[in-house]
Amino acid sequence: MPKTLSALSARMDLLQSLSGLLLVLFIWAHMFFESSILLGEDAMYAVSRMFEGEPLFGKPYPLLVSAAGIAVFLLVAVHAVLALRKFPGSSRQYQLLNRHLGVIRHEDTTLWYVQVITGFCLFFLIPAHLYTVITQPENIGPYASADRVWSERFWIVYALLLLTVHVHAAIGVYRLVMKWYAPTGVQAGRTRARLKRGMWCILAFFILLGTASLLTYMRIGYQHADSAGERYRPASAPVGAR
Amino acid sequence: MNRIPVQEVRRSLQIRILRHNPHDPASKPCLQTFELEEAESMTLFIALNEIRQTMDPSLQFDFVCRAGICGSCGMIINGRPGLACRTLTRNLPECITLAPLPGFELIGDLSVNTGKWMRGMSERLETWVHQRDLDRADIDQLEERMEPDLAERIYELERCIECGCCIAACGTARMREDFVGAVGLNQIMRFRLDPRDERSDADFYALVGDESGVFGCMTLLGCEDYCPKDLPLAAQIAFLRRRMVATGA
Ligand code: HEM
Ligand code: SF4
Ligand code: SF4
Ligand code: FES
Repeated sequence: MPKTLSALSARMDLLQSLSGLLLVLFIWAHMFFESSILLGEDAMYAVSRMFEGEPLFGKPYPLLVSAAGIAVFLLVAVHAVLALRKFPGSSRQYQLLNRHLGVIRHEDTTLWYVQVITGFCLFFLIPAHLYTVITQPENIGPYASADRVWSERFWIVYALLLLTVHVHAAIGVYRLVMKWYAPTGVQAGRTRARLKRGMWCILAFFILLGTASLLTYMRIGYQHADSAGERYRPASAPVGAR
Repeated sequence: MNRIPVQEVRRSLQIRILRHNPHDPASKPCLQTFELEEAESMTLFIALNEIRQTMDPSLQFDFVCRAGICGSCGMIINGRPGLACRTLTRNLPECITLAPLPGFELIGDLSVNTGKWMRGMSERLETWVHQRDLDRADIDQLEERMEPDLAERIYELERCIECGCCIAACGTARMREDFVGAVGLNQIMRFRLDPRDERSDADFYALVGDESGVFGCMTLLGCEDYCPKDLPLAAQIAFLRRRMVATGA
């Protein structure tokens, strides 16, 4: 019998996909919570309070948000390290790959390459975002977030993050299906085309949703610019609310 | 009266061929253009033979069956891998660029040594039926019967002609020379199905359970999209990946 191979390759491959899948589920859920601003300041205020555990403990604990931020950061780190193995490892590999991409102009190979590029961008954008979440968890709220978006010009980071993360996630899900459960049988080609169409629809949906909420934060931040730093106070809330 | 429609105006084809003889130190890779008139139902096989017969007898390329069976005529046709004998010129623009399949040893011009690569892969993955006590088998006895359904499924994978198009189409194979490619993974699946092969999934894991095997595949799907025999490669690789994770992890 030939040499025995370690279980590491199998585990790393599985973990790369699992971490990617969890991140996608997270980011999609995140979009709905973030977009609560579209329903008005009070809705977003309620959501941010919910994640600080107020409904559960009767009192907000922003540290819970920090902890969630750290967990996501660790997940991103695991995923990035595993995925980095797939980057071209040398300039020779990079050249070979580039020539291959240019000549073959094959859609799915290009989709993968888009994931490599967006993944590389996310490497910088995600820490920029998570840093503020982890270090200032108490500064998440209708005004606090809108001020950050507008007065602190974070909209630039968020616009780039929105685009790259959703392109990366939507392609990632399509590729996950093809990687683990590629369709079989006479209908395989059609199922794959449907999957791909689904991928584009999901992408369009989240980009639209994200753009609408980002614009809303920008509008609120713009209107609130003169009193930036002041916290939101819901109609029904006690003093000290934000 | 029935008449077979005949294309009246014949196109003039410009066929650009990447030429290089690696055995001649003076030879530098260069594109050479040949012009010829397109004929009815012309394949690249016919066009290349016409060029060799009437223009340049030194042009090197491989053909055996000219019917998509032997797998020797794989080449890069306008950037994509395919079989020259099954490619009709009427489905291509007037300007056609031909190059040898990358990833294989170049013999000269369009001729590459796919056989050497395939043999190496086959020896490495042991793509033959493994059975104990074969030397004590009674060859006068009838073989055990196989369900037609199963035979059909094995045959579906057995249709691979080892043309090498899936290797040329695969970004992973371009970057990693030791990657066994869709052709190799498909053959593992073929022997895994075969009830005469006594190997277990653990044995197969020892052959493809790493980055040069199934876990090297990045699901770029060039193999699936350019296999001239339309083998269900993506589904085979996905299934093998699940089996190997279940076995190894
Ligand atoms: C620093 C951040 C990130 C980097 C560097 C990165 C990099 C990559 C790369 C290079 C791939 C392709 C790997 C391959 O095909 O084998 C990939 C796949 C993937 N990524 Fe990311 N990524 C990052 C963040 C994310 C995030 C935030 C999500 C979720 C929204 C995500 C979801 C996915 C999914 C689902 C896949 C497919 C997994 C697979 O093929 O097994 N990634 N990532
Ligand atoms: S799997 Fe398809 S492309 Fe690959 S060698 Fe076999 S027939 Fe050719
Ligand atoms: S799916 Fe892609 S990476 Fe995997 S063997 Fe096919 S072409 Fe290569
Ligand atoms: S000549 Fe045999 S496959 Fe083309």
